[in-house]
Amino acid sequence: MITTGTAKSWMENFKELILENKDELTTLDQAIGDGDHGINMARGVQEMDKMLQEKTFETPGALLKAAAMVFISKIGGASGPLYGSALMKIAAEAGDKAELTDQDLLACLDAGKKAVQQRGRAETGEKTMYDVWDPVVSTFRGEETIDWEALKTTAQQAVKSTVDMHAKKGRAAYLGARSVGHTDPGAFSSRLFFEALADAAQKEN
Amino acid sequence: MDKVSLVLVSHSKEIADGLKKLLGEMQPEVTIAAAGGEEDGGIGTNAEVIARAVEEVYTEKGTVILFDLGSALLNAELALELAGGKQNVRIADAPMIEGGLAAVVEAGFGSSVEKTAEAAEKAYEMKKIDRS
Repeated sequence: MITTGTAKSWMENFKELILENKDELTTLDQAIGDGDHGINMARGVQEMDKMLQEKTFETPGALLKAAAMVFISKIGGASGPLYGSALMKIAAEAGDKAELTDQDLLACLDAGKKAVQQRGRAETGEKTMYDVWDPVVSTFRGEETIDWEALKTTAQQAVKSTVDMHAKKGRAAYLGARSVGHTDPGAFSSRLFFEALADAAQKEN
Repeated sequence: MDKVSLVLVSHSKEIADGLKKLLGEMQPEVTIAAAGGEEDGGIGTNAEVIARAVEEVYTEKGTVILFDLGSALLNAELALELAGGKQNVRIADAPMIEGGLAAVVEAGFGSSVEKTAEAAEKAYEMKKIDRS
């Protein structure tokens, strides 16, 4: 069950995880991207946290929509519009429900996954965020309740699977075969996004 | 306003501003907005900056967006969703400078938004050096 409070913890956990892993994200992005993923995400989550402390929200959807707007306006590179679009669609799917069941939440995450795919024009195996979003959502879609530990494991394994992939999107695509052997930074931050959700939901239940 | 307007989206504020100046010299009758860099002028693109630029120059006749690299497209598409209701906008798949020149000339003739975007896209085919 996801309440407005859970949604807030989700975003706060995401902030904490991004800040803890900022240097790791930067290192990963320096290897195959333009090196700004850690800095950009850290800036975005800090701005989001500021907003969350100032405002109050009636529903998870309203909170996540406001978070989406911060990502869109404050994060540069592709990650701003990608996380922003994903959160926007998650919020739209959540609508004005005061609480989301696990099934509702999976429908929301599915909408977010589609947004990542469409906005990024991503397909499976192209070494992007989508390579985490797709397996995580597909594995649990249709289930009555979510096994949060299993979801975290799925996300971790999905990140590992990007190491052997040949990048087809973003700046990493210019590296071609040289991108093989590196973890995709967007996949890594996406794992943190799902981990933050799992931690929030586990605390709630 | 009887001419299609242009929006130039670049990761660099200086590139967008410089190209606007260049295109303005070529055809001063076409309205152009530069949407370069992040909100604070840093390198990157930003959907809100782009949405504001579209707002600034949008006409019923239409607006063509030219962009430089990868995430500029993501943000341009998102900007159009944020702006909402502005149906007559085309994002041109074109090299930004050459496509911009082709577009500003076409728009200057009073051509439609489709023809202006098409002119920009054809710039991919233009050879700068004839080696035949």
